[in-house]
Amino acid sequence: MTEITEVPSPFCGIGADDLTIQVNDLAVKVIENGCAVNTPAFEQAITDTSARVDGKEVSLDVAVAKAAELLGASNQPVIGGCATDVNGMRGVMALADRSGAVVDNMNFTAARRNFLALQDTGWMTTTLAEIKNRCDYFLVVGVDLEGFSPRFFERYLWNKESMFLTDTSQREVVYIGKAPSGDASTSPTGCKAKVLPCADEDLPEVMAVLRALVKGKKIVADNICGIAVSDLQVVADQLKAAKYGVVTWAAGALGFEQAELTVQMLTEMVKDINTMDTRCSGFPLGGKEGDQTANQVCGWTSAYPARTRFSSGFPEYDPFLYDSNVMLANGEADALVWVQAFNSASVPPKVAVPTIVVARSGMVFDTEPDVFIPVGTPGIDHAGHAYRLDNVVAIRLKKCRDSGLPSTADVLHAIEQAL
Amino acid sequence: MLMKLTAGTVYDPASGIDGQVKTLYVQDGKFVKQPASDVKIDKEYDLKGKVVMAGAIDMHTHIGGGKGNIARMLIPEDHRKDPVHRSDITRSGCGHAMPSTFTTGYRYAEMGYTAGFEPAILPVNARQAHMEMADIPILDKGGYVMLGSDDYLLRMLTAKKDQKAINDYVAWTMNAAKAIGVKVVNPGGINAFKFNQRKLDLDEQNSHYQVTPREILQVLATAVKEIGVKHPLHVHGCNLGVPGNVETTLDTMQGIGGLPMHLTHIQFHSYGSEGDFKFSSGGAAIAEAINKHKNITADVGQILFGQTITASGDNMRQHANHGFASPNKWVCMDIECDAGCGVVPFKYRDQNFVNALQWAIGLEIFLLVDDPWRIFLTTDHPNGAPFTTYPHLIRLLMDKSFRNDMLATIHPEAQKMTTLASIDREYSLQEIAILTRAGAARLVGLDDRGSLTEGAWADITVYTENADREKMFEKPDYVFKDGELVVVDGKVVHTKWGTTHIVRPDWDNSVEKDLQKYFDRFMTMKVGNFKISDDEITEDGRGSLTTHSLNGVT
Repeated sequence: MTEITEVPSPFCGIGADDLTIQVNDLAVKVIENGCAVNTPAFEQAITDTSARVDGKEVSLDVAVAKAAELLGASNQPVIGGCATDVNGMRGVMALADRSGAVVDNMNFTAARRNFLALQDTGWMTTTLAEIKNRCDYFLVVGVDLEGFSPRFFERYLWNKESMFLTDTSQREVVYIGKAPSGDASTSPTGCKAKVLPCADEDLPEVMAVLRALVKGKKIVADNICGIAVSDLQVVADQLKAAKYGVVTWAAGALGFEQAELTVQMLTEMVKDINTMDTRCSGFPLGGKEGDQTANQVCGWTSAYPARTRFSSGFPEYDPFLYDSNVMLANGEADALVWVQAFNSASVPPKVAVPTIVVARSGMVFDTEPDVFIPVGTPGIDHAGHAYRLDNVVAIRLKKCRDSGLPSTADVLHAIEQAL
Repeated sequence: MLMKLTAGTVYDPASGIDGQVKTLYVQDGKFVKQPASDVKIDKEYDLKGKVVMAGAIDMHTHIGGGKGNIARMLIPEDHRKDPVHRSDITRSGCGHAMPSTFTTGYRYAEMGYTAGFEPAILPVNARQAHMEMADIPILDKGGYVMLGSDDYLLRMLTAKKDQKAINDYVAWTMNAAKAIGVKVVNPGGINAFKFNQRKLDLDEQNSHYQVTPREILQVLATAVKEIGVKHPLHVHGCNLGVPGNVETTLDTMQGIGGLPMHLTHIQFHSYGSEGDFKFSSGGAAIAEAINKHKNITADVGQILFGQTITASGDNMRQHANHGFASPNKWVCMDIECDAGCGVVPFKYRDQNFVNALQWAIGLEIFLLVDDPWRIFLTTDHPNGAPFTTYPHLIRLLMDKSFRNDMLATIHPEAQKMTTLASIDREYSLQEIAILTRAGAARLVGLDDRGSLTEGAWADITVYTENADREKMFEKPDYVFKDGELVVVDGKVVHTKWGTTHIVRPDWDNSVEKDLQKYFDRFMTMKVGNFKISDDEITEDGRGSLTTHSLNGVT
């Protein structure tokens, strides 16, 4: 039995790297600093060790050859999921270039809300260490943050010491939209977050009014979607009075039409505040199941985010047309490669086209795919790199056990070579 | 394999060869002596009448790291204008202002470049910089790690830590980030912006730390020298782009007191505030100061007209300039108590007075600095222009009548505000080879690159003489990387992976005790997870590390 300390997690998105785990042969146990997201993800047992073709166990070579045959026969393959480490994503990109596939990260429809705003007007953002040390006012829009990331408050807001705040428990936390599901946002001294609740689909209106108030516009109504305008006025004033305000949101939690306009309203409001003699930053939440990693690697190899098509022989980006689910539903794609090295519960969409699954051991299918190749989990079975939600920090994932499972990169490279 | 390059006209300033006809021999990737007459030559290239130089080295180009990838994400419309097809040997991608990594490698190689150095590696983002550069084929690469706005250094200065402690921290950071140099960007200014300061002059204090840019420059330039790093402190000065900043730049040169210092993209720091538009050229004054101060080197950061995107660590100045964004979208970011970045698309226009004069100022500096070993050819890619404009820029330097023809087309008021028309100098081929090869290799501190002498790595570019220097430099006949033929007639014919150039200065282990405490108290990762290990660069079997020598440390 070995004990490994300072283990970074690719699962939680916030790059927690203080886990201590015990490894007993192939069994992993998180003994320090686990959470509801990381502990089960680390502790999941390996069940599949062998590749399958048509449900029958085969050697890796046979599975790779079959995958190459299916891809070779395809006119328009799509590579979905794209949930893996940097090297795995490099493998996705090379295979897509070679086979003329569409690359589509599984979280892209959510991330699109951010990309559309970014590519239209840009934004001002910050990172975790700046929040930890500088943030004196924290506005959460439309997301249950502790549900998203159980340790966020503990690690980045209620930290005991900070460089620039004398007392971190004095930080103000305000929610607009969804209320917090627990007490993680309550300060160590017992001060509860202020909550201005509204329905998700009311956020466009509420954020528009908040931005108008920040800009000093007169609002005639006294109540917006159940929130008193006077309460929003307080938030606007506090944002402007804060030395280093931070406004956070999760694109994935904004499940309503044209949510990119709400993201834009919020990011433009942040820009406005920075022209009012103080500082303020946006902080988009994401980073799970390799989504930042997928966009970063697709970004530098193709110059576009991870919804890009290669069938013309060069990358073409379209955040709507190359939605793999839409393509599959419309019969525009005729083969699916599903890459999911982190989460065996994240199964491929049900499709009638040949399907190749390169995924974490333990995936259970309603319909057995044509090819299933179990791969090691980055950060447990092999070393690698994964991006944290703030997009700047790539964490160095460790190899914690010797399972003998191939990496995503190994498998995708082998398929590409076999084409 | 023994290769013979027969009777080319060789320009190798590193060995003093200036246009002599010479035959070169290459074995196992390096230049070797002429072998005995009975030794079999495996491959011969007849280079009679051809111009032979070492592979070019771009000593300042933004080719790796987060801000570049933000720039890519921000401007899909720019990529769509320049799609790059895959081939049997090359990957697809996009070109123009901020190309994809693969395209970056191919296009540099196709212009005869064999190495590029990323000048702004944030320590906390160094992994990304190296991962991106690992996906740039053919080129060697490396980078300068950014310090000076990191809270750790500023805390040290406020606490009056001695120079030795700072040296240890700088050396530790260079090792942790796998760097070959140290850069400072708007010294302390990126940090001051987090405290809502919007400008920071050379002697203005950071409102929290009470530390000035001048003090930061002094301790960092001293540290770089004392730990033996050959590349001088790489300085992006205060007040980038501000009319009148020429005074700050002159003061920066004077104030460093003879320590080695490299002033980067100095064109952006050479502006006066005279004339009807309160914007004038400081080019002559800057060139004169460089000529006088032998401790100073500079690269120009020439602007060329057209669409590009600016990506800088200097979010204070980028934020101040966001009103010029074209198209109107931009990103600013504060980063990890380490630094920041700002990304602003820009369209330089020849009929815009300021842009036109910026163009002229850059050329004035190129032409008025006497010593070609202390001035370097850059556009600060992509900030002044994409690197693919280099052949055009070389023609502007080598061809006075072409230059004057171009000058006649720019904004008329800008023509009146520059002395460019009166400057007769034309760069020679040997001088171009100094700026882009021998001088760059020496400045970066590369032991065995940028030269065609025995023992050096065989990075070679072969051109056909052409009076149109733009045509000549945009399409080499051959490019060899480590002795392997990679480009023929300006097209990639073979790809390989270059190495990553680093230095490993020594530090006192005790520095890590303080760093560990600091990381545990204030940072968001463990110090052990922060340091980049060698195997992160080499484990994929493509990357390698090449460690270069240091100056003797006293």
